[in-house]
Amino acid sequence: MRREGSPFSGLGTVFLKELSDHLTSARMLVLLLLVVFMAVLSVYNAVQQLKESTAEDPYLFLRLFTVTREQYPLPSFVSFLGFLAPLMAIGLGFDAVNSEHSRRTLSRILAQPIYRDALLFGKFLAGLVTLSISFVALWLLVIGWGVLALGLPPGGEEMARAFVFLLMTIAFAGVWLALAMLFSIVFRSAATAALVTLGVWLFMTVIWSALAPALAAAFIPPDPRYAALGLPTPETTELQTVLSRVSPNTLFSEIVLALLDPTTRALGPIYLSQLQGAVVGTPLPLAESVIMAVPQMVGLIAGTIVLFVIGYVVFQRQEVRA
Amino acid sequence: MSTPVIEARHLTKRYGGATAVNDVSFTIAPGEIFGLLGPNGAGKTTTILMLLGLTEITGGEARVLDHNPVREPLAVKRRVGYLPDAVGFYDNLTAADNLRYTARLIGIAADEREDRIAAALARVELSDVADHRVGTFSRGMRQRLGLAEIVMKNASIAILDEPTSGLDPQATLELLAIIRALKHDGVAVLLSSHLLDRVQSVCDRVALFQGGRIVLIGTVGELGRQVLGGGYAVDVEAHGEGLAERLRQIPGVQGVEEPAPGRLRLLADRDVRPDAAAAIVNAGGRLTRLSVEDPNLETIYTRYFSNQREQHAA
Repeated sequence: MRREGSPFSGLGTVFLKELSDHLTSARMLVLLLLVVFMAVLSVYNAVQQLKESTAEDPYLFLRLFTVTREQYPLPSFVSFLGFLAPLMAIGLGFDAVNSEHSRRTLSRILAQPIYRDALLFGKFLAGLVTLSISFVALWLLVIGWGVLALGLPPGGEEMARAFVFLLMTIAFAGVWLALAMLFSIVFRSAATAALVTLGVWLFMTVIWSALAPALAAAFIPPDPRYAALGLPTPETTELQTVLSRVSPNTLFSEIVLALLDPTTRALGPIYLSQLQGAVVGTPLPLAESVIMAVPQMVGLIAGTIVLFVIGYVVFQRQEVRA
Repeated sequence: MSTPVIEARHLTKRYGGATAVNDVSFTIAPGEIFGLLGPNGAGKTTTILMLLGLTEITGGEARVLDHNPVREPLAVKRRVGYLPDAVGFYDNLTAADNLRYTARLIGIAADEREDRIAAALARVELSDVADHRVGTFSRGMRQRLGLAEIVMKNASIAILDEPTSGLDPQATLELLAIIRALKHDGVAVLLSSHLLDRVQSVCDRVALFQGGRIVLIGTVGELGRQVLGGGYAVDVEAHGEGLAERLRQIPGVQGVEEPAPGRLRLLADRDVRPDAAAAIVNAGGRLTRLSVEDPNLETIYTRYFSNQREQHAA
């Protein structure tokens, strides 16, 4: 039997309320200040470096995002973002549902004529839009500063690449937002949810990149014939790539590589035969770069959806009462 | 009796192997105040959540305003107001903003929203703190704000879970006055409580819960006769000679006790106060107090559970 009424009635109301909560919260302000501070630092560094190097570069503008100064090796803007975007997303999502439990507002709100769908989806959407607003502002800030500091306007293709990069940053943050919300549903205590999400984030960011090669070597031991030549075993390397792509951070950094460095021709291992006829060092057109990173992009978006759906199912089955 | 607004037929709720609510049936008429009483964990809140469609029903059926809360939860929730146990609000928002949020969720049209919020806040006497943040509110004020939400909603049924628990006597009285006013407007009220004397003063009928079942249901008077037996206890304070003997001769009096000098307690099968007064005055005694003990929920409750224990022990 179909249930009556739309699952989306009340969605707009929940969305607007959550959005205004996010935008006025002290937590958001602190996170945003941190991100802006980091961005200013890394972009300043990049600008100095670009001014010093005289090498001609057709994609000078994109270097703003990726370059860092040689004598002060602070992380570049993208590495900062790869680090802080998840942190912001987790900061917005870790207490989305369990705070309604602890404030004892959940049963009162669910006694209004709305479905649980509207509450959860409204919260997710509000988090995602908050993140988008911050990232768009940050992105415009970097580009505006770049124009002022470098004294040259960005080309059309550079802008297009930077824009796809912006969208992917939002998708990347979306994965962590969905994960944080999932844990906020599963764990009744906001502190537990925050710790578990941060634990997963640390694991994926720091530990997994070291663990993937070890696991790959354990499953497919390197061939001594390749080892004798000082080469990696192709099968082992492939498994390692597959394993490391479980982490959204790997996917994001591969997307960044493809988009912001147009000379990137492949992500992951490449065979010599595939390089036949290639002019190494020449940039690819935008469409080719995007096609190269499509699996990673789809991976991030699919990850977001899958995590949200798991949270949705758990939330639907959860008892209102503690 | 007119068509009931709430009808529960053999409602059952099981969590895994544990049965929280077991074959519960009752009906509530429009404008009636119905009390669910019982110790904590007896299944009162679970019953309420099933009526609201907030938890799934394992067995039996519920009809609320002729809707099925499982299949048509929105239709039910549009017309039923719910005040959860220890209701919570968004502390960083003002009282009016909290109501505005709910008003939007309910779908009250923008042009009447403000009027209805103002009227509801006035009704529960929170108008002067409408723009204060709820974080500064006392528990009693929060409960009243919860009732304001129900008033604003124009609900036909108000379901109140432990509305008076944790309130001081003054706040309790104010809250009960608002509940009576709701009844006056034709709203049916279902309330759960373990505070018996307070509940007794507002409820038309009560259901006594124990271990997930309704063990007794009816008006307080009916329950009194069922549990305490048909007897009336009349307390007399009078001074005079041989009063006990005189009183014992009144038809219907089964026994006279004298717990203290000048104080007598008559056990009778009817209200014998007029005869007792006449007898004392005729005997030349000085009558200072004459009262009949109403069947009291507290007494019924205590007696019922002690009877149960005795039966178990036997």
